[in-house]
Amino acid sequence: MGAQLRLLRRRINSVRSTAKITRAQELIASSRIVRAQQRMQAALPYEREITRAVTGVVSNAASVDHPLTVAKDNPARAGVLIVTSDSGFCGGFNANVLREAEALRGLLEGRGLAVTPFVTGRKGVTWHSFRNRDMGGSWVGFSRKPSYADAKEIAAMLIESFKDENGIDEIHIVSTEFVSMLSQNVVVKRILPLEVEETEATESTTIPPYFEFEPTAGDVLESLLPRYVESRIFTALLQSAASEEAARRRAMKSATDNANELMRVLTQQMNQARQAEITQEISEIVGGANALADAAAGKE
Amino acid sequence: MVIAKTVDGEIGIMPQHAPVLGVLVEGGVLRVKREGEGELVAAVHGGFISVADDEVSVLAEVAELGSEVDIAAARDALDRAQASIEANQEDADAAVEAQRARARLRAAGEEV
Repeated sequence: MGAQLRLLRRRINSVRSTAKITRAQELIASSRIVRAQQRMQAALPYEREITRAVTGVVSNAASVDHPLTVAKDNPARAGVLIVTSDSGFCGGFNANVLREAEALRGLLEGRGLAVTPFVTGRKGVTWHSFRNRDMGGSWVGFSRKPSYADAKEIAAMLIESFKDENGIDEIHIVSTEFVSMLSQNVVVKRILPLEVEETEATESTTIPPYFEFEPTAGDVLESLLPRYVESRIFTALLQSAASEEAARRRAMKSATDNANELMRVLTQQMNQARQAEITQEISEIVGGANALADAAAGKE
Repeated sequence: MVIAKTVDGEIGIMPQHAPVLGVLVEGGVLRVKREGEGELVAAVHGGFISVADDEVSVLAEVAELGSEVDIAAARDALDRAQASIEANQEDADAAVEAQRARARLRAAGEEV
């Protein structure tokens, strides 16, 4: 067998096994998206209710003056929570988040703030440690399946450094929002100091009811606001998990398609090479036979 | 009627109750008395109760329906927590653990 033929055959085999792997990854990601979406759905009622409760307190007690809602004068330091994935094979997912985080960093530094990144997800952590960037905090190991306890841990650390006099004056979050299977957007939000997002329903349909508080509005707010921050972070983690799987599915699908296309081209080349080899063999045989015949004719 | 335990004490909410927003205690038992059906009991650890527009919503960090409580596991947790309280009086984590375990057992209808 010709060297070229053997080489092509080896390449086709390797491409085929790669395609098998990427196809399997694609199927795994597809089934995981569904579960990630279910988890997102399951967290929705809690988030909705807690937003409603916070809106209720804020619209009732006119003089809400909680450390978490008050913007500090002369902010000097900003924290950015960057939500990335633990594993790769998900196309531009992490690159998009990190690019957006860099843009935000530039923006904040332009305002004269020192930026401390807080990172979740192994990819973001290695990205930062490779560049020798100091991180205010890093969490890995749950990007695919975040639990509420993870969000709580992150929120506790962020709130603590926000409350600290010499700590961080504002906190932003960069994460990926899951819009649909085909579209995920990187979003940047400020989480602290809190801006309470008024849901449209409460604005248009009903006047917020006048609440009584047990024990007092201040106490309720004191325990409500950290929960609200946790819930916001949890939602971001869940959305990012679903987006990660969607991005992975897309990346793996195009990898499989590319491998199939490559296999088609290589098979064609291989057939050509084989045909050329056969043609050459035939012409060699014919040439040899002719030479023998000529030699025999010369003797006579 | 919904009965919950806030930091101020037990609160019972009947239909047409005025809007209330309360902070629930760690390791409380929530009861929902329903007409026609049986009572719904749940162990609720921390969180809030909010009453508005004749709707009661309970936001809890952790909650467990009484019918779903693993009684043996809860007893086990209670014993362990009490053992560590006896060993160290200041153990706040163990105290919370014990409280939670008690709430779970009470929600399941066990005597504690």
